[in-house]
Amino acid sequence: MNGATGLPAIEAIVIGASAGGVEALLSILGGLRKGFLLPIIVVLHLPNERRSQLTEVFARRVALPVREAGDKTTIEAGTLYFAAPGYHLSVERDRSFSLSLEERVHYSRPAIDYLFESAADAYGPTLAAVLLTGANRDGAHGLAQVKRHGGLTIVQDPNEAQVATMPQAALDIHQPDHILPIRGIGRLLVELEHIAC
Amino acid sequence: MERNSEIELRLLIEAIYLKYSYDFRDYSGASIKRRVNHALSQFECGTISALQEKVLHDPAAFMQLLQLLTIPVSEMFRDPSHFLAIRNEVVPLLRTYPSIKVWIAGCSTGEEVYSMAILLREEGLLERTIIYATDINPRSLEKAKQGIFSMENVRAYTANYQQAGGQRSFADYYTAAYGYAIFDKSLCENVTFADHSLATDSVFSETQLISCRNVLIYFNKNLQDRAFGLFHESLCHRGFLVLGSKETPDFSAFGNQFEPLVKQERIYRKS
Repeated sequence: MNGATGLPAIEAIVIGASAGGVEALLSILGGLRKGFLLPIIVVLHLPNERRSQLTEVFARRVALPVREAGDKTTIEAGTLYFAAPGYHLSVERDRSFSLSLEERVHYSRPAIDYLFESAADAYGPTLAAVLLTGANRDGAHGLAQVKRHGGLTIVQDPNEAQVATMPQAALDIHQPDHILPIRGIGRLLVELEHIAC
Repeated sequence: MERNSEIELRLLIEAIYLKYSYDFRDYSGASIKRRVNHALSQFECGTISALQEKVLHDPAAFMQLLQLLTIPVSEMFRDPSHFLAIRNEVVPLLRTYPSIKVWIAGCSTGEEVYSMAILLREEGLLERTIIYATDINPRSLEKAKQGIFSMENVRAYTANYQQAGGQRSFADYYTAAYGYAIFDKSLCENVTFADHSLATDSVFSETQLISCRNVLIYFNKNLQDRAFGLFHESLCHRGFLVLGSKETPDFSAFGNQFEPLVKQERIYRKS
């Protein structure tokens, strides 16, 4: 625990978003300064999952280096990673990525649940997980798993979310550490960095 | 201190290896863990230890578990642009060989095999090609041999086939009956389906083309290196290696022994 804030030191941030997620992510991540220390790993559901310009779009609007998470590559600090379209993304215990083609979860591949669950297993209490706007129930179980491993959980306020289904589904099964509007989430991520080890 | 579930998982994988010679020890952890957890509910086992006891003493239960541990998620002409690139860039060079050997490693239920056979037939090469289609899962191999796929999936494959530069009507290759598509047996005349493990077996033939798509992502770096080593050994001088859309030899121990022919489509050549 960090004495000053009472929050545990965080090593990585995972974010899940679906419908309305591009805007929400741009406003959260666009506010991060250059040199932000933590790795941020994002699963964003996209309707046309085979072709994606996500990394290009975000590279233009975010101060961090932006990459597609590559199979067996080591997770680097201060980098924003997006899950490759069409593949599930997992975090291994040696803090590298692995990709897989298991069945879709909640009609989704990549699935937020798989990223969250595997990252919870790898990082334990030093993980922060953020679930944003979306029209399905992906991510709810993953978020609960993050909490079970002692991690920090954050859900976008459903009243503010462009589509409330996904944050609401998470709240239905799990009481997160924070329920926040987009601006509050952005501010919290900056705070997490200050107590990063 | 390791958690109980970690210890149990390692013991289960070790037991499977010792008893049945299936080697999952160098598979990527997150995915195998998910599948074992899924198996726990299927087998109604409270712990991985209970599952281990079951499969250790009951080969039929192990065969059932094997179905859950391997990932039979595949489609025909997956990533159509990949097959188009094989047609345009690889086939003209393959054509120069009097006889051709192709190895489909990790062929699962056969979707990649039928895709390749159809492509080679349309290019007039199938008659002088031998295809080795290998997998570790005997039930998948059996299914591949039968060549029966659900019509619902075949409709999606049809669009892939057309985008992949298919020259005919996809329906020419199968007979539809009761919601299933039964593929033309003659496509498999020169196909040998065989049990082969990239984790434990060695090279069995010289080949001109190896297709191993979306198999290596389930392996850790060690096992990926072993697989690339087998491919390198099997391929003839300047032979072709084609991979899944997120796989590359670049960061492996064999990184400088394969060069990209069409990088975007994951088509490599032994250098």
